[in-house]
Amino acid sequence: MSGAAAGATLAEKVLARAAGLDRVVPGQIVEGQVDLAMMHEQGAQTVGPFHQMGAERVWDPDRVVIAIDHWVPASTEGAAVLHRILRKFAAETGLPHFYDVGQHGICHQILAENGWVVPGDLAVGTDSHTNMLGAMGAVATGIGPTEMAAVLALGRLWLKVPPTIQVRVRGRLGKGVTAKDLVLRVLGEIRTTGAQYRAVEFSGATVRGLSMPERFTLCNMTTEMGAKTGMVAPDATTREYLAGIAKHPMHPLLPDPDARYERTIDLDVEGMPPMVACPYSPDNVRPLPDVAREHVPIHQAFLGSCTNARIEDLREGAALMKGAKVAKGVRFIVSPASTSIYQQCLEEGIIETFTHAGAVFTNSSCSACFGGNMGILAPDEICASSSNRNFPGRMGPKEARIYLMSPAAVVASAIKGEIADPRELL
Amino acid sequence: MQEIIEGRVWTLGRDVDTDQIISGKYLTIIDPEELKKHVFEIALPEFAKEARSGDILVAGENFGSGSSREHAPQAMRAIGVGAVVADSFARIFFRNAINLGIPAIEAPGVRAIFEQGDHARVEMRNGVVRNLTRDRSVSFPPLPHHLLDLLEAGGLVEKVRRELAARGSAPRAP
Repeated sequence: MSGAAAGATLAEKVLARAAGLDRVVPGQIVEGQVDLAMMHEQGAQTVGPFHQMGAERVWDPDRVVIAIDHWVPASTEGAAVLHRILRKFAAETGLPHFYDVGQHGICHQILAENGWVVPGDLAVGTDSHTNMLGAMGAVATGIGPTEMAAVLALGRLWLKVPPTIQVRVRGRLGKGVTAKDLVLRVLGEIRTTGAQYRAVEFSGATVRGLSMPERFTLCNMTTEMGAKTGMVAPDATTREYLAGIAKHPMHPLLPDPDARYERTIDLDVEGMPPMVACPYSPDNVRPLPDVAREHVPIHQAFLGSCTNARIEDLREGAALMKGAKVAKGVRFIVSPASTSIYQQCLEEGIIETFTHAGAVFTNSSCSACFGGNMGILAPDEICASSSNRNFPGRMGPKEARIYLMSPAAVVASAIKGEIADPRELL
Repeated sequence: MQEIIEGRVWTLGRDVDTDQIISGKYLTIIDPEELKKHVFEIALPEFAKEARSGDILVAGENFGSGSSREHAPQAMRAIGVGAVVADSFARIFFRNAINLGIPAIEAPGVRAIFEQGDHARVEMRNGVVRNLTRDRSVSFPPLPHHLLDLLEAGGLVEKVRRELAARGSAPRAP
């Protein structure tokens, strides 16, 4: 464009700051200073490239977090070796912020609840769902382990400034309808390729009214839209969440009122029913009541993952579970997103509620979400899950079927033994 | 980096995510020689046994979506995949592939002009993918200079090694 420049989107503001420029425009390639780098087990593959690069020290050990989560405690010899590689690397390079077994949690939740990512940050992690931290008003995105080696050595990385899709939401979410249902609805609109190389900025009265955990759920699933990051502009809710826990200074940035969006999606969620993503794609989204009418039997229910296993999710689930039983023939796995959430569940009687109902309450980890540790399905089985992916083979065999939904819907399904509308229990 | 890449084609559909390239159960494997035995186990089961060094992958939209696992391009590099050409890529896979020195070419419309087993020629700087078997082609915007430089160096490890060596010392904390 020419003449008077239009305003900047939130992603453009944050990337301009990271690059030390007054402004940046979509398509521009910039070198950004990284504010926070996070590794989970995949970081074990960062160590080799880091040494091969001839790097001797990490650019800033106070901006590096290691949080193991996929196999915690190690469930295979291979996982034990990955953990050992990371412990050795942390000791040798002097990385103090290692959330090892006992302090562990899902890496994104560890970053969130310990205030590692703050407004204005450029954050990168070796996991695709790093997008979740964009809810802080940051650009947070996933990278591979070789790229992480370069970040550890140099403290920066190149990024192409993404165009931004604005998702403006208004209306009140009904009882039993959650942020998960909202993001599934958006996924149904944007689809798995609609936000490729783009930032997704959530705004509007409904989003302003969401808590940080709910905003995490929204931004988490922008990964499934192909997005580089999902973002919410920082406000009082953000500041309150980070009060006393922020690990470094905040640089709250807001999108300009005349920011130039590539596309704006306006959604009114008034009267929207719960949603479900059917096999085998997160964008295969249908209203949950339609699927419930088809009486889809389930073999497993999973309440966990970085998308939806925070204390609010588990409280809501436990409230529905109280006094009910897990249906015969259903295995219900509940896995909190962090050890501190586990402790809260213990104190609030949530573990008791779930285990008395016949669920298994596990230690914190990625658990059944990725099909490499526990909660694996047999080929003909069906799972109702609060996680983020239902690709073929995601929980083991390619024939197994995963339906993605809110924590409340997972609990309702576990009780009924088939995919169920949680509003029937309210 | 080769300017011209020729090879036998393996075709794949759209939305082939990294779970379908390397399943979650293999993520604790870090030896690429071991990983390559399991590559495309879900999406293209015969590939691991029959693929040869220099083969070219031609995929539909959104290739490599999902997990950030670098195991996927590592296994392809271990096999010696000459190039990955797709209608579009998921961003992390694209970066991972280029970082490992694998030419990843986004050429919208490319999937439709290839059948399994055809022969392809990718002209990196001209920005053309040709189907030599069927005499068809699609063009693509050549990669930007800094990515061509990355491929030229053989990947990110070598590029950063040169940069650090040129500085003469390891970086200092700010």
